[in-house]
Amino acid sequence: MKHFLFLFLTVLVSCKSEPKLEDIVLEVHDFDSFEKYLYLEDDKTYIVNFWATWCAPCVKELPHFEELYHDYKDKDVKLLLVSLDFPNQYESKLKPFMIKHKIKGKVLCLDDEAMNVWIPKVNEEWDGGLPATVIYNKTKREFFYRTFTYEELENELKIFLN
Amino acid sequence: MKFVKTTTLFLAVILMSAFAPNTNTGSDTKGYDIGDIATDFNLENIDGKMLSLSHFEDAKGFIVIFTCNTCPYAVAYEDRIEALNKKYASQGYPVIAIMPNNIEVKPGDNMEAMQKRAEDKGFTFPYLIDKNQEIYPQYGATKTPHVYVLKHTKYGNVVRYIGAIDDNYKDAALVNQKYVEDAVDALLKDEEIKETKTRAIGCSIKV
Repeated sequence: MKHFLFLFLTVLVSCKSEPKLEDIVLEVHDFDSFEKYLYLEDDKTYIVNFWATWCAPCVKELPHFEELYHDYKDKDVKLLLVSLDFPNQYESKLKPFMIKHKIKGKVLCLDDEAMNVWIPKVNEEWDGGLPATVIYNKTKREFFYRTFTYEELENELKIFLN
Repeated sequence: MKFVKTTTLFLAVILMSAFAPNTNTGSDTKGYDIGDIATDFNLENIDGKMLSLSHFEDAKGFIVIFTCNTCPYAVAYEDRIEALNKKYASQGYPVIAIMPNNIEVKPGDNMEAMQKRAEDKGFTFPYLIDKNQEIYPQYGATKTPHVYVLKHTKYGNVVRYIGAIDDNYKDAALVNQKYVEDAVDALLKDEEIKETKTRAIGCSIKV
């Protein structure tokens, strides 16, 4: 009985250490409510990455963003991962992805079908292809319609931190 | 007299080329802009035959759509792409769908999968594969679905519209603006296209 109880407790504890789907509360925005995240005026530098789990190049570069965030978060760097996954895939794709890859950046969901209106508000040059990234702080802002390696991203970030 | 004729012809050619649309062939990475002449192509269709725009002798223009099987946005638009072809092929603007992805990266977009999808969905438009991935970069397509409405002229097929199909990928019933239909309707009536370029999130083309 003792052993059984121990086993039972171990199972309980190990379950708890793995975040579950229902533990994740997603922050879902339309563009109006999301827009403030592109213009936060504190002393931090924000890396805002537009991505989706169905976007292969996004998924490929995401570890570089996460690693960079890990290496620079004590230098007032924040990572915002703006997911453009379909709302009907939040539970089936997005949350499992966040758990599997232990995503540390802040995930925001952007659900706004008026794409022709909000895409140019992010950047006039952007046609809507993913991934896309904005790096900004209160004095400087850059838009990138490209993918990054760790080194490329670090080089861009350093310009903001100097 | 012969000299006069030759000179007149020479002048005519110069004048014509001066008024001809911008003949940017899209060799730069940005691809086409409105007014550029779009390249023709010779690509394999799902019926195994090679197809070019020049095969459509009576076409007034084309609705060229870069699309695929595997992108959720492309899938969301499949029925609307078919509806566009049903509505406009008979009016001289057939849909030409081109699958631009690298099939080694996306096996779900290979010719067999394209054939199956077309059969399951009952596509009536040609569904071509850009096997060497040489056509989509010339157009400047970056994602699926990505639409180019072309108008056939004596100079070639001129790009008149670039962008999305409409303004609601989620629900066809909630669409407010049918960008492609508005563009083709304007061309058919010889009117100006109100919105010549629109943007939408899409799946980046797999290289």
